[in-house]
Order: sequence, then C-alpha cells, then structure tokens
Amino acid sequence: MTTIIDSFGKAFFLILNLDRELLGIIFLSIKVSGTALVVATLTGLPIGALLGFKKFSLKGLIISILNTFMGLPPVVVGLFVYLLLSRSGPLGFMGLLYSPTAMIIAQTILAFPIVTSLSHSAIVNVDPVIRQAAMTLGATPSQVSFAIVSEARYGIMSGIIAGFGRVMAEVGAILIVGGNIAGYTRVMTTTIALETDKGNFELALALGIILLTISLIINAVLHLVQKKGMVRKNRWV
Amino acid sequence: MGLTIKISDIWKEYDGNPVLKDCSVSFEKSGIYVLMGHNGSGKSTFLRICSLLEEPEKGEVNYFSGQELMKKDMGLKRRITLVLPGVGIFNATVSSNMAYGLRIRGLDNKEISERVDRYLDLLGLFHKREQNALTLSSGERQRLGIARAMVIEPDILFLDEPTASVDLGNSEIIEEMILNMKKKGQPTVIITTHDVSQAHRLADSLLTLKEGRIVSYE
Ligand SMILES: Nc1ncnc2c1ncn2[C@@H]1O[C@H](COP(=O)(O)OP(=O)(O)OP(=O)(O)O)[C@@H](O)[C@H]1O
Ligand SMILES: [Mg+2]
Repeated sequence: MTTIIDSFGKAFFLILNLDRELLGIIFLSIKVSGTALVVATLTGLPIGALLGFKKFSLKGLIISILNTFMGLPPVVVGLFVYLLLSRSGPLGFMGLLYSPTAMIIAQTILAFPIVTSLSHSAIVNVDPVIRQAAMTLGATPSQVSFAIVSEARYGIMSGIIAGFGRVMAEVGAILIVGGNIAGYTRVMTTTIALETDKGNFELALALGIILLTISLIINAVLHLVQKKGMVRKNRWV
Repeated sequence: MGLTIKISDIWKEYDGNPVLKDCSVSFEKSGIYVLMGHNGSGKSTFLRICSLLEEPEKGEVNYFSGQELMKKDMGLKRRITLVLPGVGIFNATVSSNMAYGLRIRGLDNKEISERVDRYLDLLGLFHKREQNALTLSSGERQRLGIARAMVIEPDILFLDEPTASVDLGNSEIIEEMILNMKKKGQPTVIITTHDVSQAHRLADSLLTLKEGRIVSYE
C-alpha cells in the first residue's frame, strides 16, 4: 500500500515539475499518433467517400474487410510491419525498423480502417434528400459529393477521433516496431508497459495519469461532436 | 429570354411498376401551373423528371429558349430549380443554406450576402439567419426551401407541395410570394398541391394526374 501511495506522490511530482523526459515521451506519442492519424485521414476519407458514392462489384467485400480490420489486434499489425521492415524483409533496405517512422507506419495501418469505415458509414447515412437538394440548387457532380461529405462532417470527425483514441492507447504495434528506445522511440504506452516490468512505477504511473487525461479529453470532444451532429435527429419530421 | 418546356410521351417506372405513362404537356406561357392528383399518382416523380433531376425510361423533356432547343447541361440546369417536399436542409445556418446555390455559382461574397438578406427578408426569415436551419419549424423550413430556390433567381421554379404541413398563416405567406413572383413576370412556377381552393387561387393552368396519366389540362 505504501508503495502505491509513494509512487502516486512521485508521479504527481514528475507531472507538476514538467519533467523533461516525461515531456519528451508525451510529445513523441502525440507526434507519432497524430501523424499516423493525418495520413490515415488523408487516405481513408477519400476512400471512404468513394466507397459511399460509387457502385462496383467488390464493394461489399471491401467494406466487410475494413470492418474486420477495425478490430485488428495491434500486435499482429506490429508483427506484420516488423516483418516488412526487418533487415531481411522486403523493405529492410530502408533501415526504418526501431524508428518513429516505423511506429507511424504501424499506427497508420491501425487507424486507417477505422477512419475509412466510419467515414463511409457517415457518408451513406446522409439523408438522400441532401443529394437531391444540392442537385436542384445547381451543384455539379463534384459539388454534390462535397455537399454530402460536408453533411457527414460530424460522423467523419467522430471516426477520426475514435481512430486517435485507438492509436494513442495501443502498445502492441509500436512496441514491436519501435522498440521503446529511450529518447528516440519511447512513447507513453511502451514506457508504461516496460517501466512497470522493471518496477519503475513513478514514471509509468505519471504517464498512465496523463494518458487517462488525454483519453478523457478525446472522449469529451467526441461527445461534443456527436451532440452537434445530432441536431438533425431532434427536429426531423 | 424565358424558358419553355415541352414534355413528350414520358414513361417512368420503378422496379417494373409504371408510375408515369405517356405524359405529354407543354409549359409555354410564363405563369403558374398547378398539378393535382391523388397520393401516389406520380406528381413528385413528374416534377423530378421535368426538373431534370431524374431521367424517364422513355420520352423526352426538352427546354427551349424561344425557338432554340437547349442542351441539358449545367448551364440549363442552373436556370431551373425544384423545392423538394422534404426540402433537404443542410446542417448549417439559415444564411449558409441560402447562400449555397450562389456560392456554387461562384458569385462574390458581397453579392451573395446582399441577395441572401433580401430574400430572407422577403420570406420573413431574416431574424433567423444565424440559427441552425435544422431547428426551424416545418413552416419556416418550407419558407427557407422556397427562399433558397428563389435567391438563385431561376427561370423555372418547381414547388412540390410547398404548403403541406404548413399552417394557414405560413400558407398565405407562401401563396402571396408565388403570386408576387408572377406579377413581376418571373419565373414560371409549376407547383403541386392537394388543396383545391389553393389551386384555384394560384393556377393559370390546372393539370390533373391520375394513375400516371395527365387526365386534364385547362
Ligand atoms: N424512388 C422510387 N422507388 C420506387 N418507387 C417509387 C420511387 N419514387 C416514387 N415511387 C412510386 O411511384 C409512385 C408515385 O409516387 P410520387 O411520389 O410521384 O406520387 P405523388 O403523386 O407525388 O404522391 P403524394 O401526393 O403522396 O406526394 C408511388 O407509387 C411511389 O411508391
Ligand atoms: Mg409527392
């Protein structure tokens, strides 16, 4: 019991003193996950939109695969990216293993199906009358698509935030491809996993508290976004 | 030069069920055309096809400017508009809903806001301009739909049941609006309604659809 209280005390001390190592870890976490999310959004949103707008033969299959991949175990993705990037792997020559770039790649793969699939469902759930309304007001086909995506914006934002929540919290993938190298690839979740192992609780706890706080903020924002998107449902007759 | 419409032998079916059967009609004079008919008689489908939102299986919708046959391109489509029964309000403020048609036409901001304000005022929605349009009442929603179409200043305005689920006061505002447009000579209005007395108040010409056929035109 005293160890726990003691550790909490030290953890808060670290947080309140803005410990440099701590800050570096937080910063890298946000950088890695944030970049992964930007890449996943830039690719996933257009693909999600395309899946929503176009009819083609393998569409159902692709959507099923995406939905399955939303729950992809991070360790499996880590293993996959590891095999790709390891020295004997097909991309081994790039020397990316155990670097932040490798971590970004792994997290992009994790976030992509979430962003894509949730963007897709936000877009197909837009009331069909919106498409017609845009057309009657003189929109060109691309302006019509844009109007629909714009109408789906809160759902799309929810997807992006959900993706962020997932990659911020995962440890399996970035541990395997990042290696938790102090000052280089060490992020919040990997530190918690490995420092706990070593009995170094303060840092782990401090990071745990921060991670929880970030997660709380993410969920609060998500709630707000979803509430804003709900206007329609309240009033539609 | 105003637009005239010539509709010849339109046939439309959904999943093999014919909805419009060999409909032919011309809208040549500017004025107000009222289309009546029972639920399911095909009025909304007819308006969607006339306004080039959907294509018929057979037959043709042709627009003329004087004697000249118009190509069915964006240029023509931007001169006609249809207010749908559900309107299709964007999740945005009343003003941005109004501005949509003008923005996609590339008008400059000054002209957009000037025109938006003018038409909002005309339909008594000016004080609501910053409100999210999805929170409007159904009467206000219909008025917004009409204002959003009128602000484009189309040559042809199709209105699909603009006064359904709208109270008497709002109905009167909308009718007055339509009659005022006519006084100014623009645009040609083609409107559906179930309200017989309204039809007589508004109509220069009255059409009746029955089971997908035009059974009277006077
Ligand atoms: N997209 C569609 N898919 C299948 N059937 C349709 C579709 N649109 C219309 N219909 C059918 O076509 C018929 C005519 O519908 P329409 O909406 O044109 O009637 P309406 O005269 O406008 O009726 P109301 O007075 O109820 O508005 C109906 O039987 C309807 O079920
Ligand atoms: Mg109808």
